[in-house]
Amino acid sequence: MSLIALKNLSVRYGGNTVLSNVTLAINPGEIVTIVGPNGSGKSTLLRSVIGAQKPSKGSVSHSPDLRIGYVPQKLHIDPTLPITVRRFLSLPDKVSDQQAADALEQAGAGQLASRQMAGLSGGQFQRVLLARALLCAPNLLILDEATQGLDQPGSAAFYQQIEAVRQSLGCAILMVSHELHVVMAASDRVVCLNGHICCEGEPEHVASAPEYRALFGSGTQGALALYRHEHNHSHDHSCGHDHGKDAPSALQSDAAGSDRKELQR
Amino acid sequence: MMSLFDSFLLRAAFAGTGVALAAAPLGCFVVWRRMAYFGDATAHASILGVALALGFQVPIFAGVLIVSLLMATAVSSLSGRGFAMDTLLGVLAHSSLAFGLVAVSFLQGVRIDLMAYLFGDILAVSRLDLAVIWGGAALVLVMLWARWSALLTATLSPDLAYAAGLNPKREQLILTIALALVVAVAIKVVGVLLISALLLIPAAAARPFASTPERMAFIAAGIGMLSALAGLQLSFVFDTPTGPTIVCFAAVVFALASLVDLVRQQRVSASH
Repeated sequence: MSLIALKNLSVRYGGNTVLSNVTLAINPGEIVTIVGPNGSGKSTLLRSVIGAQKPSKGSVSHSPDLRIGYVPQKLHIDPTLPITVRRFLSLPDKVSDQQAADALEQAGAGQLASRQMAGLSGGQFQRVLLARALLCAPNLLILDEATQGLDQPGSAAFYQQIEAVRQSLGCAILMVSHELHVVMAASDRVVCLNGHICCEGEPEHVASAPEYRALFGSGTQGALALYRHEHNHSHDHSCGHDHGKDAPSALQSDAAGSDRKELQR
Repeated sequence: MMSLFDSFLLRAAFAGTGVALAAAPLGCFVVWRRMAYFGDATAHASILGVALALGFQVPIFAGVLIVSLLMATAVSSLSGRGFAMDTLLGVLAHSSLAFGLVAVSFLQGVRIDLMAYLFGDILAVSRLDLAVIWGGAALVLVMLWARWSALLTATLSPDLAYAAGLNPKREQLILTIALALVVAVAIKVVGVLLISALLLIPAAAARPFASTPERMAFIAAGIGMLSALAGLQLSFVFDTPTGPTIVCFAAVVFALASLVDLVRQQRVSASH
């Protein structure tokens, strides 16, 4: 049974149709990435999934045992609001010091508990948001452009962290990203969105789809070719836990992918 | 025990601390959510409530509560609909004050001391007023206490609240009702023109000394109550209007707090 099922979802703002007729289901344990140009309705789709956006038509159904861990795109904390990382983790539900420390450790933010949220760097902040999302032991982790504002090594490291988290929690992941080559490497399924679902499927399938090329051109082909090479390598072991060991290396080499894509061509 | 409230000064002291106690934590949310003008609009509209209450001969508290509730709800439902909020709130705040003042002037045969509603009349607090003030303050504190975590989450990010199964619009409504209640109980103490000051200044003064939202609310409550008592004392000594004196004292505390913060920051940057 799927964790989340969107059925013929349409969302309108005023007179504009932002999403039309989107049907999408997320199954336990899978990584689904949504790609699409600016204004294609990616964030609206995620907001519909968490219930922040009411559908104009269609339906969003949650499985009864769904626990969502949500990592927002960016969180602006007003400078007048003092809050430590530890206090932030207890929102909205109180967690023990041990739980907080474990979540921070898991998100790679071990030493930050007593720091003020406002004093964190971009990368630290995203890891704290990830730690908070992990506290409810989610079976679906939702990430909205979670690496915005991070440099390339920073975002590669962040995706490695996510991969590690998925290995230990076994949760499904739904994410939106503009870093096409990096996220596609780690995805089971890619959904190409532009107001409606243009195409979806395995990364390789989507990358070669004419709809995808029409939206993104062929500029990402090289990077994807690099990914394809690494991915074949890891799939020789028919997934399982080997995937975890290989995936970070795939991500890491992807960080340098832009230099190497010429060779791949 | 009741003889304790016989002295008008004691009643004034209890009225001031009661209002300050409820206004401080609510004021923190007003500061965090940048709702300062929202408080102004609600408070200014309450003079219209005074006029209506006198016109229809219902208790002032009831008239003020209803009008500020209506105003707060109107403003809160307009927000987030893409209007230029600061302009809209400015228009609402000042026009409701103007309409209220005009409405009061229509009340013939009723001699009212307009100054008492604009700047408060804490020394004329009756036992009944005191009961209303503490009842309202207690209600506000209980509401904030019960929803504290949800309110904070919704303040940080509405989407984060949705994802956690909370409804940020409900939390907004709770703040709206709390604000209307504080306005209704504070009108006697500081008057409609200075209610926002009682919300904002203690919270702003507490900011440099707080590391968590809860501490900020507690420190703000302390500063608010201290200002109420000190302002009362000073106004007695110098024969000045009490409401404005309370706000003046709070403003001086804010200035000192900002100064301490400035010095501390410079020391930190010097030591690096």
